[in-house]
Amino acid sequence: MGERVMQEARVIPLRSPGQRRRMNRSVPSPVDSRPPVDPTPLRPAPEPTGVQQQLANAIGFLRKRLTGDYAVDEFGFDEQLTENVILPPLRMIYEKWFRVEAIGTENLPADGGALIVSNHSGTLPLDSVMTGIAVHDNTSPNRYLRMLGADLVFQVPVLGALARKTGQTLACGADAERLLTAGELVGVWPEGFKGVGKSFKDRYKLQRFGRGGFVSAALRTGVPIIPVSVVGAEEIYPKIGDIKPLARLLGFPYFPVTPTFPLLGPLGAVPLPSKWYIEFGEPIRTDRHDPADADDPMIVFNLSDQVRETIQQTLYRRLGQRPGIFRG
Amino acid sequence: MTPKVVLVTGAGGYVGAHLAARLAANPDIERVLGVDTAPPAKDLLKTMGRAEFVRADIRNPLIAKVISSARVDTVVHAATTANPPGPARRTAIKEMNVIGTMQLLAACQRSPQLRKLVVKSTAAVYGAGARVPAVCSEDMAPKDISSGGYAKDAVEVEGYVRGFTRRRPDVRVTTMRLTNMIGPGIDTVLTRYFALPVVPTVLGYDARVQLLHPEDALAVLERATTTDLPGVYNVGGDGVLTLSQAIRRAGRVGVPVPRVAMPTAARVFRNARVVDFSDDQIQFLNYGRVVDTTRLKQDFGFTPRWSTRQAFDDYVHGRGLRPVLDPGRLAALENRIRRTDG
Repeated sequence: MGERVMQEARVIPLRSPGQRRRMNRSVPSPVDSRPPVDPTPLRPAPEPTGVQQQLANAIGFLRKRLTGDYAVDEFGFDEQLTENVILPPLRMIYEKWFRVEAIGTENLPADGGALIVSNHSGTLPLDSVMTGIAVHDNTSPNRYLRMLGADLVFQVPVLGALARKTGQTLACGADAERLLTAGELVGVWPEGFKGVGKSFKDRYKLQRFGRGGFVSAALRTGVPIIPVSVVGAEEIYPKIGDIKPLARLLGFPYFPVTPTFPLLGPLGAVPLPSKWYIEFGEPIRTDRHDPADADDPMIVFNLSDQVRETIQQTLYRRLGQRPGIFRG
Repeated sequence: MTPKVVLVTGAGGYVGAHLAARLAANPDIERVLGVDTAPPAKDLLKTMGRAEFVRADIRNPLIAKVISSARVDTVVHAATTANPPGPARRTAIKEMNVIGTMQLLAACQRSPQLRKLVVKSTAAVYGAGARVPAVCSEDMAPKDISSGGYAKDAVEVEGYVRGFTRRRPDVRVTTMRLTNMIGPGIDTVLTRYFALPVVPTVLGYDARVQLLHPEDALAVLERATTTDLPGVYNVGGDGVLTLSQAIRRAGRVGVPVPRVAMPTAARVFRNARVVDFSDDQIQFLNYGRVVDTTRLKQDFGFTPRWSTRQAFDDYVHGRGLRPVLDPGRLAALENRIRRTDG
């Protein structure tokens, strides 16, 4: 019956050769009046072997890098470099050294903006880097976590440039809202240096959350806030002391003393291999609020406290469940 | 409202002269006057058509006489420079920027026929530094402005323009903040910088650079002159190049210089009379600057034809800069490996 319908409608069929033959008999299509032209036979390209393919790809990559043939977004994010050069070694640390377990990744949206708010710890902010990998590797298509950093990060040579190239930007309302409006996942650590540089005895105690600028940014753009709790990062460099005069001299927020640093010199820079858990909590919606609420300190502080409490409770729960600092 | 008589300051320079030429080509405009202390170069003068060149100094109160006697109704202030291409006397440029603007605005204020003022400003007013947001929009306050450079002049000039807007609310004032211009025909600090055989960069930093093709700069200034769109607008091409990327695209070799040694390096280039690095130029090479052009596109109704990358590539081709490493050879090698039978 389908055939008859097609004949009546005189649709040039694409289905089966039988159909086509019948069709040609009844209605000679204008295509048939032309001499049949076969496509130029192409020699089938030999399948390059794996090594060759890789070599060619490597040269292609090198050529693009050397001639500046790659795209950088307005924040300076160089996706090609991040994906191919920066992420692979960090992923090794993620998988082999810290054996990170990402939990609740289904709470990461597949598209659209979201603000990821996490606790901060570890003397050096490795927790943000690992969270970035957890986000990238547990979303499909892979999404990049665009982190907001203190201005100090961008003042430091090499680090500042690397931070920009991997998609990070200055922690300020303008940049945060711009990224969120563009539908990016934005990471923020509201404790700042107070969190990352707290001493070992205060581990897993959330510090003050600042002025709640991150809540204002989320309210203005109406994106959800995803609370993230990182367990394991506190133990990588246990900060047992702080040489304040040296920190002041160098312009650092603190100069850490750990059991291995500065005692063992550069060897002290190797983090202890603690087992990490990164838990992504349920998104807290902000689109039910009015964007004008971003200027209402009461609402901002309430939301900020809600996020803080959620992270703190999750931290305690995870700590109670973990079998050991290094085990797992 | 199409203006009747337009006065363009800085007509001896690239932007001023070309803008005067463009306006002179518009039959609705009765008269175009170009003002500068020195006449434009011969080839520029030829393109200016019926535009008249008046040799006058805007730092001199006599400029008021020019404006009133010609019954000027629109003034385009294109004489300020935030980044002079070559070595120049700091005080002379500062005087032209600041005193020139003050005198010009004083003359404008006393002119009853004046209806419109267009100011060519610069995106340098946002400053450059670690504390400056990644993308600057029009209502952001300047941050990290160096005290020794010309960006400070631009901030002061815009301050005077705001004062003028308050005192003469009947005059429509349009301020265009242009990003760094680059193109084959124009001589700017960046065209000289990228043409250096070895390009000094700040060690450990990679600035984000947003560029503007001179054609777009002229088109946008012409539109600001012939239409009534008061306000402040950022002007820049779409997209961003990092400094290292731009150097590679131009086929140059970048030489990283530690930040502390940068002023010394700048002095060497300055003394060799090659290119002028002011303090804010070094800051720019350090951190770069990107502006938000949403307002330009939506409210002003202008989308730059050249993206940052296209403007830069046009400059590279126009100047005939040859890359050190031929990308064609690498591409050929890549293809050969892909093709060879296993």
